[in-house]
Amino acid sequence: MNNDIVVVAEHFRGQLNEITFELLGKGREVAKGLGGKLIVLLLGQDLRGFISELGGADVVLAADGQEFREFTPDIYSSLIGSKLKETSPRLVLLGSTSAGLDLLGLLSGRCAFPCIDSCVRLEAKDSGLIATSQVYGGKVFVEVALPAETTLVAVVPGSFDPAAGRIKGNPQVQALATPPDMPASRVAFRKLIEPPPGDVDITIAPMLVGVGRGIQNADNLSLAEELAAALGGAVCASRPVIDQGWLPLTRQVGKSGMRVKPKLYLAFGISGAPEHLEGMKQSEMIIAVNTDPNAPIFSAAHYGVVADALDLLPALTEEIHKTSMKKAS
Amino acid sequence: MNIAVVLKQVPDLVEGLEIDVSGKAVDPSSVRYILSESDDHALEEALIIKEHVGGRVEVFSLDTGEAKEAMVTALAKGADHAVMVNAGLDSAPDNHTAAQVFASIFRDKRFDLILTGVRAIDDMDGSLGGLIAGFLDLPYVGLIRKVQVEAGGTTLIEKEYPGGCAAELAVTPPAVLGIQAAERPPRYVPITRLRQMMKTASVEELLVAPATLQPIGVVRLFKPEEGAGAVMLTGSLEAISQQVIGLIAERHLLR
Repeated sequence: MNNDIVVVAEHFRGQLNEITFELLGKGREVAKGLGGKLIVLLLGQDLRGFISELGGADVVLAADGQEFREFTPDIYSSLIGSKLKETSPRLVLLGSTSAGLDLLGLLSGRCAFPCIDSCVRLEAKDSGLIATSQVYGGKVFVEVALPAETTLVAVVPGSFDPAAGRIKGNPQVQALATPPDMPASRVAFRKLIEPPPGDVDITIAPMLVGVGRGIQNADNLSLAEELAAALGGAVCASRPVIDQGWLPLTRQVGKSGMRVKPKLYLAFGISGAPEHLEGMKQSEMIIAVNTDPNAPIFSAAHYGVVADALDLLPALTEEIHKTSMKKAS
Repeated sequence: MNIAVVLKQVPDLVEGLEIDVSGKAVDPSSVRYILSESDDHALEEALIIKEHVGGRVEVFSLDTGEAKEAMVTALAKGADHAVMVNAGLDSAPDNHTAAQVFASIFRDKRFDLILTGVRAIDDMDGSLGGLIAGFLDLPYVGLIRKVQVEAGGTTLIEKEYPGGCAAELAVTPPAVLGIQAAERPPRYVPITRLRQMMKTASVEELLVAPATLQPIGVVRLFKPEEGAGAVMLTGSLEAISQQVIGLIAERHLLR
């Protein structure tokens, strides 16, 4: 094993994803501390345009070809796995994302590399590396000492500063060749499915009323709709509400949903699982309402209220109506 | 189509969650265990596939003393067979250990599809499905919201991407699929039926060799500081509402 750090880059629709820059920034810091190189693995088609954005890397290993045009876990993990086994880097950083999590399990199982998931912090300590993961819906952090062998770490998007990884430059580029014995892919990309056109674009609404499990049933959504109407905002939701079919997919905020950054995010009955926080924690002002004083949402919120969403929603709507009536008179 | 579904028990987050005296694990006596939510969706998706193309659904769970009810519930929902796997474990192991145990079973007992929930709230060493696939050198795709088996067995899946997008992928079985959400919410079993089934249902006990993998080196567990970051607003509902409106008005966001 050497002290090199590998970042597995992600891109979508011709753009490098933000997580890639977060990993590059952190990877650079760790590589510097350990005296290793920072290596980016970049798979796709027509990759040339990305290279100058990867100036933070010492080396970019690029697999550029039709078969890598779209992410498919089978062939991506085969190629990445064979390269990692050949080079034995100290640390491999991936995104805790749709693609990254597929690769994490497959690479760890196939190549016997230990792995850590849901990482939100990573630091060098006493000549070792310590990763902190967020588990149990954000209610507990786990500190893990990374073993002294090639270890895979999947980082939750939004954990590190992407600015530290946005460095223009001309890193050395090498072709990441496909091994002659690489098996054919058992997973084929067919097409990209766009979300159905939504009634409301929650990514541009200045004010959002977010609802979670605490809303209890579909009928109670009208309470959130009324508040949103009074504010001039829109209603969005965390995963459980969408999975129940109470609101369309276009209203989902979080890992698989939209990433929103409104001026005001009111979270009602949302516990604050990391998957949801990922989509809304950059909101300018977050006010969270939850019956559980230990709900992780309160660590992301600027203001918090321990109350039942179903009580506060109508109370707040009524107060807004009163206030606007006063203004009008 | 023969489908295996792997079910896992996780702490119910609605209840408290305490860290044990070692500081390195959750105190099992402080938690109530429930079926992992995405595993419930994996089971539902397996039952939906069976409705469409026929076949058999078998559920598997590690016997850590908590899984009986989930197994019987699965049978009540329409699973054909339930297997409780005894690998000599007292509490839920990490996913590498669990995956090694399940891989040893699925190496002999072949299925067209192995379905797991894509994630459990206590995952910290990769998804169970990905690890099982990795150990068995099977294809794996996670974060799936739809599975459709075509004539000939090719399986079309929808894998979620950010922004509400998804990729349609074609997978050739045998394969492991990590389910995020079934096409419809998991079916419900009335409690009276479950109570009745608890007395009569048969769950196979399978004894397997314990896993040999070393668990990852946990240094410590800790909870986030209570209410850290947020300024807590208190008072009557009316008083709180006025404070919230004040905050909104301060930023000139009130119409």
